[in-house]
Formats: sequence, structure tokens, C-alpha cells
Amino acid sequence: MQTLTQLKRNLKSDLTGLPSFKLAVVGDTATQLLCTAIRGMGVERGYNIGLFEAEYNQVERQLLDPTSDLYQFNADFIVIFQSTHKLGEHHSLLSTEQQATLADERTNFIASVCENSALAGKKIIYFNYPEVEDTVFGSYANKVESSFTYQVRKLNYELMRLSQQYQNLFICDLAGLQNKLGRDMMFAANVYTSTEMILSMDALPYVASRVMDIVCAVKGQFKKCLILDLDNTVWGGVIGDDGLEGIQLGHGLGIGKAFTEFQMWVKKLKQRGIIICVASKNNEDTAKEPFEKHPDMVLKLDDIAVFQANWETKVDNIRTIQSILNIGFDSMVFLDDNPFERNMVRENIKGITVPELPDDPAEYLEYLYSLNLFETASYSNLDKDRTKQYQVEAQRVSLSKTFTNEADFLKSLNMVSTVSGFTKFNIPRVAQLSQRSNQFNLRTVRYTDADIEALADDPNVIDLSFTLEDKFGDNGLIAVIIMKPLDKETLFVDTWFMSCRVLKRGMENFTLNTMVEKAKAAGYKKIIGEYLPTPKNKMVEDHYTGLGFTKNEGAATSQFELNVNEYQPRECYIEIK
Amino acid sequence: MDKNQILADVQEIFREVLDNDEIEINFETVADDIEEWDSLSHIQLIVAIEKQFKIKFNSKELMEWKTVGDMIDCIANK
Repeated sequence: MQTLTQLKRNLKSDLTGLPSFKLAVVGDTATQLLCTAIRGMGVERGYNIGLFEAEYNQVERQLLDPTSDLYQFNADFIVIFQSTHKLGEHHSLLSTEQQATLADERTNFIASVCENSALAGKKIIYFNYPEVEDTVFGSYANKVESSFTYQVRKLNYELMRLSQQYQNLFICDLAGLQNKLGRDMMFAANVYTSTEMILSMDALPYVASRVMDIVCAVKGQFKKCLILDLDNTVWGGVIGDDGLEGIQLGHGLGIGKAFTEFQMWVKKLKQRGIIICVASKNNEDTAKEPFEKHPDMVLKLDDIAVFQANWETKVDNIRTIQSILNIGFDSMVFLDDNPFERNMVRENIKGITVPELPDDPAEYLEYLYSLNLFETASYSNLDKDRTKQYQVEAQRVSLSKTFTNEADFLKSLNMVSTVSGFTKFNIPRVAQLSQRSNQFNLRTVRYTDADIEALADDPNVIDLSFTLEDKFGDNGLIAVIIMKPLDKETLFVDTWFMSCRVLKRGMENFTLNTMVEKAKAAGYKKIIGEYLPTPKNKMVEDHYTGLGFTKNEGAATSQFELNVNEYQPRECYIEIK
Repeated sequence: MDKNQILADVQEIFREVLDNDEIEINFETVADDIEEWDSLSHIQLIVAIEKQFKIKFNSKELMEWKTVGDMIDCIANK
């Protein structure tokens, strides 16, 4: 982790050209250095944060008064840091009856902030409460509802429930961070007493990092894939030398337990929707043998989306994995016990995350926990199926090689698509895809569940979602269109994104045919599309011209126009389901 | 520990934390003499000194210092 001094130094570098967003910090203790740390960590993640720090100890006024400076600033993200210490002060001034409702009182306040219509569309990042055990009751506090310990724990639980209820509320898990780092590291009593600063200098970079983890996840920057080395990473020993019986796994042999628990963690990531891949220097058969035959392997071949075991370099194998998955290197994590391999991957593949695993495999997990690599801003049950979809994609790739003619191949897939507006069933997936799609995304507007719900309710908006199914399986919801009227005759394509899993299937043609149909039916004459470049969406630079739009030379941005009445439906081999 | 040696070490810490290699301090230096030395960077200096000398200041000491000399006396007495 960077030090506060390093983060501060970041702010002296040239920040022009970095993308920017607005973040406000509201706290009930001194937050100046926290703000510095967040801005410095922003630079680490490639952002120049426009930061507003509310005057100290005005949490209620700033958040509830619509004329406050906070509202004037109009932040994209609002970080709220109400400390356990101030909560404890408040607790000490209450009667026993009131103490028993302290958590409810605070929960109601946060709910009222989340419901404040003036804050609609803003993301609220709320710090939960690291415990301070005051030992007034000792362990008996667990039995006493009015005790501080009881109320703090209840409050943290209620915060989780609130965040499920309000899509715009994200909990920054300071309590979890304190569990990892320890209270004595997080808090310096001498500094607090003389300055009102609640977080120690050492803790600030970690806290800033956790804030930026959430911000980046909301902005679509998060890890999607974990690539594993095998020997001494997934099991102890070298399968090629030690053989199936000789590798260390499970509770029997050597330090096998460490690897088993590591695999359990990987399995949970897979179940959460992280794509697990293997890159190993081994013969393929040898490398697969433990997955097929070892009784203590938690990971099975089914869990692995792409399995690369051969004698090519790790760099080449990771590039192959990337070409099959079609996701950015910056969304990949590579774990390998060998420092040489790690350095080689780090040096040759820009953007990939390569944690510096400890020498002792027993330490792997605790170290990996400390990095919080897999922050996310959404989760849906469909995430679980992702591995299957990539395995199917690998099958499709091998089928396509047997056709010389692309059209014949596409016809052979028997593709069908369900077209639908946004409904309560698909809203979570639409929002999630809007956060995840980077490459095939024309304007890269990120939407939360609440935003998508509002669009669905707006009668002027034409919202379309598309699924794609073929003979190998169902890809689920893979493309989204949001069109808004500019005037009576003109529709503007606010959003067009598509999952890269379904590239080169004619889905763009099918989508446009549907868009034109809907536009015509609603009496529109023109569709305007726009391309807003990002570092990742060069793939769709010529998207609109390729589909027969004409470039609008006059516009300040890349805009393209299509005459609805002259449009000839484009060829595609997808049927409406 | 020799106070001049402490002064030299503390000067290094000032340069590192305040990110300015030209900072020169002596026993009479006060916060007003150094542009980057404000109440916020003061806390960073304190914590950096605590780490370097493996000592802990109490909160009363933190509030009482007026000059670098006060700071160094305090370190020397630990």
C-alpha cells in the first residue's frame, strides 16, 4: 500500500488529461487528510477527482438542507463518514431507553438521506462503524440492548439491510477493514485527542483505497477474471515431478490445507461470477489429472473457463485467454508463486494485476484478503452461469473453423433473440451490463438499477433489451438500447452497448433493424447516434458508418444520422423468439 | 542521544514528509518559517518521527511544542 506521503506527492504531478468526476466528503471528525488521501488514491487509479470537503461536523445540515454547499457542488459521489467515537459521545448523553433505539435513530437518518429526492442519481458511500468495545458491560453487553456494543453491531447490520433497499447506497466496510488491520493500527489516540482526526496516518491510504474500489466498480473498472498458475499455487508441489499422489492437498499431506482453503476461496469467486482460468507450464494431460482424479481438489475442470497448459510462455497464454474472453487486461488478476513469472507477466502485459504472493502458501489468503481485489457494484444470480458461457464460446470458436463461409456458419447456429423493454426481471442485468461494458459501448453512460427503473417508467424513452440464444446455449441478455427524443422527428441513441461475447454474429444488424422498426412505429424520421471515445471503445469507432449512418460533419462530437424511411433492413440470421 | 544528530534525522523527515529537499531546520525553527509546515502536515511529521525513533508522544506533548527545539528535547527525553 502507498503511504500518505506518496499519495500527497501524486497530487503534485500533472493531472491534466486524466478523467475527472466530483466527490464530496461529509464527516463528523476532521477529514482533511482523508480527502487528500482519496484524491491521491484517485490519481493512482487514473482519476483527477474534483473534491469538495464539507465544513467539519455539519453532516445533518449539509445533507438535509437543499441550499447547503454540498448541494451547490453537485457531486457524483458523496462520502459520508460518521465516526464510532461521535456515536459513542451521543450514546453517553442518552437515557437507557433512548440508548436502546440509537441504531434505529441513525438508520432512519441515513434512510432519509437516501430518499432525499434532491440527491437522486448520486451515489452515496457510507462508512460503517468499526467497533470500539467500551467494556462497560464486558461480554455481557451482548445481552443488553442499550449497550454501546449492541447498538454498534445492530447499526452495522441495519446498514447492510438499508443498502439492499437503496440502490444508490454503498457501504464502505470500515469495520471489515479494522478487523483486518486491527484497531491499534487504525486509530491513534494521541493524534485523535490533539486533532480530532479519527483515522491514523497509516490507515488513511487503506481507507482511501476502499473508497476508490467502490468508485471504480461503479464506474465499470473492476476485476472479472482470475488466472491461476497450478504448481505451488493451486496445489503444493509439482505435478509433473511429484505425481498425483505426491502433490500436497487436503488435510493429509504437508501443507495441503493451505491450498485447499485457497481453492475454496477461488470457488466462491467463481460462484460469484469471476471467470477462473488456468495458465500453467505443463503437459495438458498432466495438468488436468488432479482436476479429474484427486479427491481433495475443490476446483474441478467445470470451474475453469479457459485451461491453458502447455510450454508457451505465461505471457502468450494470458494473451490467448484474453482473446477468447474478450475482456480488458486491466480486469484480469494473475496469481503465480514464481516471482520470475510474475515479473515477466507484469512487464509484458500492461494493466494486468499481479499480486506479490507471499513465499509461504499459508499466507496466501490473508494477503489476498488485504488487497480487496474483487470489489463490485452489482451482483445478479446470472453471474454464476458466466463460466459455462465462456466454455460454450470456446466450442463455438472451434465450430466456426469448420465453415469456410461466414453466413453458413451463422445460419448453422440457429440464433434466436428475445426483444423486450426494461422490466423488473431484466433491470438488474441491464444496469449491471451498463457498468461492465467497456469495449462495445458507444457512449459509456453508466446506470444503476434505480436509473434504469426511471428510464423504464419514462414514456418518451424507447428502451430495448436483447437476448441471444443459439444451439449451444443461451447467452442471456447481451445488448441494450436507450433512445430519447430530441424533437418530434428525431431520436437520439443515448445508449448502445453489447456484450463482446456475441461479436460477429450479426447482432448489430438485428439490433438496428429493431430500432428502426420501433422508431418508425412511433413516427420518428431520423435516428442520431453518437460515439464518445474512451481508452477502451475504439472497437466501435466506425460502428455507425458501418451500419449505413452518415457522419454529421457540423457536430462537435462524433455524431451520425440515419434516415428511418429510406432504411433497408440489414441482413442477419437471427430470428425473433 | 545527541541532539544535533536528532536534529539531522528530524530534518530528513521534514524533507521527506513535506516533499522539499531544501528545507533547513535548527532548534529555533517554528512552523511559520516553513511554508509547507501547517497543522495537517504537522501531524504527519509527528507520526513519521514516532516511527523513525520508535517512540510515542503523548497528546499533551503534541499540543505544547512551539519550536523544533521543543520537539527535539522531547525526543531526547524518551
